[in-house]
Amino acid sequence: MDVSRFEQIASCAWRMQRHGRMRVPAVVFASRALLQAMDDKVAEQLANVASLPGIVDAAYAMPDAHWGYGFPIGGVAAFDAGEGGVISAGGVGFDISCGVRTLRTGLRLEDVERAKGPLADLLYARIPAGVGSTGELRLSAEGMNAMLRKGARWAVDEGFGSTEDLEFIEEHGVVAGADPAAVSEQARQRQRDEMGTLGSGNHYLEVQVVDAVFDPVAARAFELAAGDVVVSLHCGSRGLGHQIGTDYLREMAIAAPQSGIELVDRELACAPLRSPLGKRYLGAMRAAINCALANRQILTHLAREAFAEVFPGSRLPLLYDVSHNTCKEETHVVAGREQRLFVHRKGATRAFGPGHPELPPAYRDVGQPVLIGGSMGTASYILAGASPARGE
Amino acid sequence: MHWETFEHEADVGVRGTGGTLAEAFAGAATALISVICDPRAVQPREAVDIACAAPELDLLLVDWLNALVFAMATRHMLFSRFEVTVAEGRLAARAWGEAVDAERHQPAAEVKGVSFCELRVARQADGAWLAQCVVDV
Repeated sequence: MDVSRFEQIASCAWRMQRHGRMRVPAVVFASRALLQAMDDKVAEQLANVASLPGIVDAAYAMPDAHWGYGFPIGGVAAFDAGEGGVISAGGVGFDISCGVRTLRTGLRLEDVERAKGPLADLLYARIPAGVGSTGELRLSAEGMNAMLRKGARWAVDEGFGSTEDLEFIEEHGVVAGADPAAVSEQARQRQRDEMGTLGSGNHYLEVQVVDAVFDPVAARAFELAAGDVVVSLHCGSRGLGHQIGTDYLREMAIAAPQSGIELVDRELACAPLRSPLGKRYLGAMRAAINCALANRQILTHLAREAFAEVFPGSRLPLLYDVSHNTCKEETHVVAGREQRLFVHRKGATRAFGPGHPELPPAYRDVGQPVLIGGSMGTASYILAGASPARGE
Repeated sequence: MHWETFEHEADVGVRGTGGTLAEAFAGAATALISVICDPRAVQPREAVDIACAAPELDLLLVDWLNALVFAMATRHMLFSRFEVTVAEGRLAARAWGEAVDAERHQPAAEVKGVSFCELRVARQADGAWLAQCVVDV
């Protein structure tokens, strides 16, 4: 990345001024070294996102931003529906509500080391993973609609986990406004065999040990200590979400010119939030979020069963569940004024700071757990959401 | 008919080239399979018919590859041989393959969908057709 395209506005924040068709500036959160390491395509994509109708404040990129489909992966952009704001299927991605969930085990490294062979074998046998794998659950049409409307709450009602889990999931395990009627028959067919499956590629279930604590106060609030064993899941909305992304990316790309939207990049396929297509996608996307939350709840149940067989009495309470491919309707203060915004996060995670009313009481003093999953062979990180600095 | 994959930071590009548009589309499909497993490991035992139509050739490529993704996901199959015809915005094809065998095929990734990234269907200067795009894994 050519750093001279940006001005440094804080120790880890850089701004690219509006130019060309940009309606707002672009802001990257990163150290100089991380910014330099980014592809120039990230700047190009940020400029394109910043040109979309109804965008508010800035097009944002996270420290690990990289070239994506229209939106950079690690990109955040908020839109005001009243200002002609848009919703973009490309800005959410194919794996709607892909996310990470971490469970505490109450076990220590030395406990698990003794039994890691049988544990790994049992998890491998019980958790459907990989291309061609199928889950045991088969939903009727009504059952699928209930799942799409009620997400993790539906899963708990069906016997997967408990109501205590819901407190530790964003939106308490279900997003409002899901519209099963906006989900195609193809998406339902694709999901038919995939309830309770992990997927493939960079999805995983990993048994992890807390290797180092950098913030003892937050760690204590999250009930984590060095040497504790935790389990993390990384997966999303499976075939249903992928098909919804596919269906609407195509429809939005074809329809965009008719909405008067000139797509600088066809991958930014979007529709005005208040248009029939925008509303349909919003309803379908919300259904997919609920599907992802339900799916991670089912996988949690399967993991708990496996652990209980190897470590009788182990409970695996939920630390937190975050999603990193979504568009959510939220209230934010922009230039001193409260605004209702539709916030796209593509490969980016929301991070409520201390005091936020949506946080469980146990975390309210330190902020939300933010789970950043690693790649195979690298570490994962648990962060705590911070209070915004004045003016941010 | 020639096929290959190409680099994309987060995902992977698939590309087919050939003397005809149909060959290029068949090549892109083979490249799609190669993202999942070695196409040579997939026996052409069973046929699945696919038909699609789109207002533009590049959208037709997206539709074709997405139809294969859908067929693989719902039938739990992999494919290795493609008989394709393309005319006036319509594609008709027969894809030959078999059920996924995790041990024999060793599938490495699941294709979630086909993006518009690097999407191109065009006749090259040498007269060969090219069909390419990036797929989400």
